[in-house]
Amino acid sequence: MKINELIEKTNLKQFGTADINRDFEGGYASDLLSDVMGNAKEKNVWITMQTHKNVVAVASLKDIAAIVFSNGNTPESDTIEAANEEDVILLGTTKGTYEICGEIYQIAK
Amino acid sequence: MKFEYKVQGGNFSKAGYASSDLKKILKQLNVNPAIIKRVVVALYEAEVNIVAHAYNGTITIDIDDKQVRIVLEDQGPGIPSIEQAMQKGFSTASPHVREMGFGAGMGLPNIKKNADVMNITSKVNVGTTVEIINYI
Ligand SMILES: Nc1ncnc2c1ncn2[C@@H]1O[C@H](COP(=O)(O)OP(=O)(O)OP(=O)(O)O)[C@@H](O)[C@H]1O
Ligand SMILES: [Mg+2]
Repeated sequence: MKINELIEKTNLKQFGTADINRDFEGGYASDLLSDVMGNAKEKNVWITMQTHKNVVAVASLKDIAAIVFSNGNTPESDTIEAANEEDVILLGTTKGTYEICGEIYQIAK
Repeated sequence: MKFEYKVQGGNFSKAGYASSDLKKILKQLNVNPAIIKRVVVALYEAEVNIVAHAYNGTITIDIDDKQVRIVLEDQGPGIPSIEQAMQKGFSTASPHVREMGFGAGMGLPNIKKNADVMNITSKVNVGTTVEIINYI
């Protein structure tokens, strides 16, 4: 499934300019960066409340398909800049982590 | 091929720079993607450990046709018990560092899992050296 379909179906907002015509497979939810480094898989959508720049490095190194900031969190401006450079997709939702994970799980399974 | 990077303790805005660079280099060298993933996770964790726990450090990367050998040498507080530090969940990270989502105590275990060879030596109040080797 493509990220642009996911955006449409779950009403996500994009931050930055990365191309959203990209495949994803499943997801991983965590606010601990080394947990994501250790356990997330390539092409996962990563749901988190961490909004600082380091999430971009983690996502890029792990080939994460997109980062979704839950609970109304929005990325800092240097996070968006880094994501534009690294071509990392940043998305946001006002829904809580539990709710958005449930929706993505239903759609992606 | 030999590469060198400087790492500044406390400077999280640059954390991961060497890892990103090495990923690009290994891709260009057509190294197996599964091996690139392992190398990059191991280096990132070791790089962030210098940023989070030490004062400054140097990363030296040596690539030949058989292996990637990375040595991270830092000046810092050192590790009193490496055995304890290697345990999943053990962390002395500051509240500020934890707020950023570091400090789960999973970094060293992640390195162990992803490196073919991992060696740590450390001297309290002097610094820590981590060696990571992956065969390619
Ligand atoms: N380069 C270093 N210099 C000094 N102490 C270190 C260094 N690397 C690791 N340590 C010590 O070992 C502990 C465990 O490291 P580890 O990377 O496993 O976890 P962490 O860095 O605390 O958290 P995480 O890596 O999950 O974000 C650290 O909390 C710290 O006490
Ligand atoms: Mg660590």
